Amino acid sequence: MSLSLHIEDLALSRGGRRLFSGLRLDLAAGQACALTGANGSGKTSLLRAVAGLGAIDAGRIAFGETDVDLARSSGLHLLGHLDGLKGSRTAGEELDFWAGWQGGTPDGLKAAVSRLDLHRLLDLEVRRLSAGQRRRLALARLLAAPRPLWLLDEPLSPLDSHWRAAALSIMTDHLEQGGLILAAVHDPLPVAALTLEIRP
Amino acid sequence: MNAALSLLRREIALAWGRGGGLMVTGGFFAGATLLLPLASGPEPERLAQVAPGAAWTVLALSALLGLERLFERDFEDGALDLMAHARLPLEAICALKCLGHWLATGAPLALLAPAAAIALGAPTSLAPLLFACALAGGLAFAFTGGIGAALSLGARRGGLLTAVIVLPLFVPPVIFGGGALDAFSSGLSWRAGFALLGAYAAAAVALGPLAMAAACRNALS
Repeated sequence: MSLSLHIEDLALSRGGRRLFSGLRLDLAAGQACALTGANGSGKTSLLRAVAGLGAIDAGRIAFGETDVDLARSSGLHLLGHLDGLKGSRTAGEELDFWAGWQGGTPDGLKAAVSRLDLHRLLDLEVRRLSAGQRRRLALARLLAAPRPLWLLDEPLSPLDSHWRAAALSIMTDHLEQGGLILAAVHDPLPVAALTLEIRP
Repeated sequence: MNAALSLLRREIALAWGRGGGLMVTGGFFAGATLLLPLASGPEPERLAQVAPGAAWTVLALSALLGLERLFERDFEDGALDLMAHARLPLEAICALKCLGHWLATGAPLALLAPAAAIALGAPTSLAPLLFACALAGGLAFAFTGGIGAALSLGARRGGLLTAVIVLPLFVPPVIFGGGALDAFSSGLSWRAGFALLGAYAAAAVALGPLAMAAACRNALS
């Protein structure tokens, strides 16, 4: 699936408060955009709105030629601090489930496990993982089930310097393969050519 | 199809998982049934009269136990967000979650219900009908209960709210099943009550997921 992201004159509010309005963004295959802005400015809400979670006040979100429902059901990954991983299940069980759920293949799963060096963690319960290990497990889902658009909410924050570099190289590879990345960040994101600051 | 099966397996594993979903539900069921002879006196004739109805009522109450966690955990940890990004529509996801809940707790409770009724003095000939009622009723409890669980998403003390929403929805199946059991005990035809119970369960399975999905969408937005 190839898609592009087009946001036109988008306005969002949460809890009765207008976050922003008139937001525009065009993202083509191979491009990454860093979303910046103060805490509470609406970065996460924007990512969720693109993913189809949460109502929008005005404007339009489109995915190029691709149908909106199809793009949301099988064209995008959402990675945030709520990672959907169950503490009582093992990392391996959770990775298997989510990779299968999002249309991944066993080969893709294997490649993801070795790229993120998860072999030794697969037998552990998710609750025993550190925040960084948990994030690596969540990132593995993105590799196990290839989808073009990655919506990342502070993807690097819990990672150490080694894994930050690894995550950036994973993102670079994704962009080279024609993927798109929209990432909410506080620190600059080296792979992103575009920056969009969100303010009211 | 594979995704649906893997979701069903995960739901059952989570319901059974640490902390023992079935142990708790089964324990509650056994404990609550035991309270009846303690409260109403041990005369066998009186107990035998109310045994089927008591087992049936306690079954309905036990069905409430796991409901709080049916959607709440997946809602809080973001799993529901991620599940929405798949080919399966939210309605199917809700139906699978309820089915998993029923397979993990409702169906085993259906085995316990006749045992409890017999222990209280009900005739053994009642066991097959009570088992069948508990199976069909359990399905109705799971799918109407799911509506309450989805509606109370995001509310504080959601479990209590779920019970308050759901109990009125439990009234028809309790009446139909109780009617069938009562008719059987007095030698009348039990078919009408059982057919109504089956119809209610079928309607819950068919319509419940639509309401649950709408409530989940509302909570996610």
